[in-house]
Amino acid sequence: MQIIKPNIDINFMGQRKLALVVSAIILAIGVASLFARGINFGLDFTGGTLIEVSYPTAPELGEVRQALADAGFDDFTVQTFGTARDIVVRMPADQDDETGADLSTQVLNALATQEPAIDLRRVEFVGPQVGQELAEQGGLAMLYALIGILLYVSFRFQWRFAVGAVAALVHDVLLVVGILSLFQVNFDLTVVAAILAVIGYSLNDTIVLYDRLRENFRIKRKGTPTELCNLSINQMLGRTLMTSLTTLLVLIALFYFGGEIIHAFAFTLIIGVVVGTYSSIYIAGNAAIILGVTKQDLMPVEKEGEDQPDVEVLPERFRSST
Amino acid sequence: MNRFPPWKYALLVIALGVGLIYAMPNLFGDDPAVQVSSLRGFELERDMPARIENVLTNAAIEYGPIEFEPQRLLVRLDNVDRQARAADALRDALGEDYVVALNLAPATPAWLRVLRAEPMVLGLDLQGGVHFLMQVDMDTARTQQLERFVTSMRNLLRDEQIRYRSVRLDRNQVVAELRSPEDRERALRVIGREIDELILETRDGSETFNIRASIDEDVLRELQQTALRQNITTLRNRVNELGVSEPVIQQQGADRIVVQLPGVQDTARAKQVLGSTATVEYRGVDEQNDPFEAHRTGRIPPQSLLYFMRDGTPILLSRTVIASGDNLINAQAGFDSQTGAPNVVVSLDGPGARRMLEHTSQNVGNRMAVVFIEHRPEVREENGVEVPTTRRVEEVISAAVTREPFGGRFQTTGLGSATEASQLSMLLRAGALAAPMQIIEERTVGPSLGQDNIDQGFRSVMIGFALVLVVMAVYYKVFGLVANIALTVNLVLIVALLSLLGATLTLPGIAGIVLTVGMAVDANVLIYERIREELNNGNSPQAAIRAGYEKAFSTIADANVTTLIAAVVLFLFGTGPIKGFAVTLSLGIVTSMFTAIVGTRGVVHLIYGRKKRLKALAI
Repeated sequence: MQIIKPNIDINFMGQRKLALVVSAIILAIGVASLFARGINFGLDFTGGTLIEVSYPTAPELGEVRQALADAGFDDFTVQTFGTARDIVVRMPADQDDETGADLSTQVLNALATQEPAIDLRRVEFVGPQVGQELAEQGGLAMLYALIGILLYVSFRFQWRFAVGAVAALVHDVLLVVGILSLFQVNFDLTVVAAILAVIGYSLNDTIVLYDRLRENFRIKRKGTPTELCNLSINQMLGRTLMTSLTTLLVLIALFYFGGEIIHAFAFTLIIGVVVGTYSSIYIAGNAAIILGVTKQDLMPVEKEGEDQPDVEVLPERFRSST
Repeated sequence: MNRFPPWKYALLVIALGVGLIYAMPNLFGDDPAVQVSSLRGFELERDMPARIENVLTNAAIEYGPIEFEPQRLLVRLDNVDRQARAADALRDALGEDYVVALNLAPATPAWLRVLRAEPMVLGLDLQGGVHFLMQVDMDTARTQQLERFVTSMRNLLRDEQIRYRSVRLDRNQVVAELRSPEDRERALRVIGREIDELILETRDGSETFNIRASIDEDVLRELQQTALRQNITTLRNRVNELGVSEPVIQQQGADRIVVQLPGVQDTARAKQVLGSTATVEYRGVDEQNDPFEAHRTGRIPPQSLLYFMRDGTPILLSRTVIASGDNLINAQAGFDSQTGAPNVVVSLDGPGARRMLEHTSQNVGNRMAVVFIEHRPEVREENGVEVPTTRRVEEVISAAVTREPFGGRFQTTGLGSATEASQLSMLLRAGALAAPMQIIEERTVGPSLGQDNIDQGFRSVMIGFALVLVVMAVYYKVFGLVANIALTVNLVLIVALLSLLGATLTLPGIAGIVLTVGMAVDANVLIYERIREELNNGNSPQAAIRAGYEKAFSTIADANVTTLIAAVVLFLFGTGPIKGFAVTLSLGIVTSMFTAIVGTRGVVHLIYGRKKRLKALAI
């Protein structure tokens, strides 16, 4: 089976202005959402207490709230989690309270007076200090990943490609975070892991494209960088879509069957794979072209006694009409 | 003709074989087992297996093989019912000095265990349990230490009859104000000789001649490290009380301790136990009255209290406490420099030292006892309801004759062996929590959620895996099937490596495996698309296969190295579960490159490599 025909020729580069506009609009919406709604930071970063409890039958949330209020709690939220039988109680971190860890016990006791047959599923308590550290570490991790990648791509290709790749990554991360903000997805440590995985994935796509672009630059005698870029994208289209498809399939399996805890993680990756696929087609190549990649940049340094690369003529259909 | 040299096939077969062997232990599940260890973390006696066999035979409980290590003993049992009965019988027979815990022992067959093949370790989010991160309050530890120096300095000056106006704490320094330069000279000499942890400076006040003393940075670091180690020892003792089979207690960073208790669900109790403190007390022995008499008649002399030694012998001790755990600075096991006999050297702080000197000067020839006091958690049954409570347990861990008066630094000898000395020093140290601690992070996963996580994780791996297999087979036909074999082997290799490295499998780790399954086919997709291209360009099938694999290689390598960079950064910066994700992702990248490039090529060569006049490829 072959969905992408071998001679496919979509003028991706011709639509690159449109792509830039689309990216700009989505980015603008995302950034606006970041400012307006902010990120729904999870417990890992804000600090606080979370208690997940399973009831034998779906409880009335109002009654659960009442039970907690009766026990003297005032600052809490109660939500169902996954099923109607599971509820999650969240409490913010109290900066002065040194015995935050005891809170979960008290909450559990309060809930048990109302319904003794409850089953404790999960308790998470993160002190404010730890939350701040985790946030710093997450930010640093992203920064170091980007720097590491910048260095590797500069070393293997050329700095214009490295900048292009990183531009595509920043684009992806911003878009993903913007969308997470828009949907108010609970942003916890697993989401940070997912974003780093998106960085890895999107980069994978970009590198594959650059690799082909480099090859085409070396072996094709004619054609402008834009034309060659378009040719490379078309050549890799089958692969790009196939890999995205298989990755999306497993992620959808994870999203639907992996359970509630892994939901935000799977969601982030699904968005990330879609955005990463789009960006490696429209953004990465674009960025390299805008930065002015030329054939000379990629010609291998000639060594004595080494074979010259095969030189092919660019097929008619990829030649520029003007 | 496309063929592999035999050594490449040998490599593939070996990799597959090794992978299968080390992945296999994960298929066998667990046996119910009972684990016995010493309450204080001591080594078990050599006759312990025989004792256990005896107890179980007497209780008519059939038992499986017994595994004996110095620190712990594991008895396997056929079912949960026998496990519970065996645990009860052993608890009754062994008494309070041993911890009897229910455990699950991997049911790995003996021939696999010989090869050191063990199943993957499940993280707390999969097996249920408690994770605590505890912050050791080093500021308080330092202040406490400085206060001790204040006391010792006052005592020293008083003993040497140097008149001083005040000795007090000023931020992070101890300030002594003296009345004359001569006094200060003498004080400097004495303090410099007796307390070598301090850096002394002189500074003149408006009417006084001052000494400002601060703790040397190295000494401070040493103090903090000791405090942390001591707290870890104390925590380990407490955790042993809980009867947890495989607790993890380790240092994290400069001032934090991680405590992980798999299988513990009652967090309230766990917190209570971790928070409770044991202490030691030094008391004089009442030699005038007969403890056996007092024990039998119940008539205890008014100035005394009845205690018991660890072997159950009664002993009468004075009501006055000479020194307690708060006064204890350190207790170190070693050997007496003169006789070479094992000893424990104890140092006390100022007030403790003064009272010790007072007591020992008047009691040469009499015995002095060390009482170990702790609050042991236990479950009491009240009207059929189990109520968790704590019980104060006091026992005399040593009673030795005072040979001469001593103060803040003394040694206890007359100990049976070096082991006994180290046990005593450990108990003494356990009695003193060096610095206050506070729980700053808690993650508890209940057993039902843990099981759900395993089930859901397993299901999503399987469904995702099946979907990818179908898509690959449909899209690439024979080559798709070859890729599917590679993908399956890849999964086996990941599991084998995780088991071999003793890495902990967590829910995010499973997510990493799922993601790897999706991305692992990428290398094959790259190769196959390339082969299709080469065919379209009019190359022969054999040439297309060769070109496909060769030209795709650098692309695959570049693409995977960059992903690996992201995964390694994740590993370095991630904590806990996130690390699990990074580990499986990195392993998956490495194994998938091997199976997709070398593995599939080997199989493709087997299928097509010998056919000279190959017309078409099923791709």
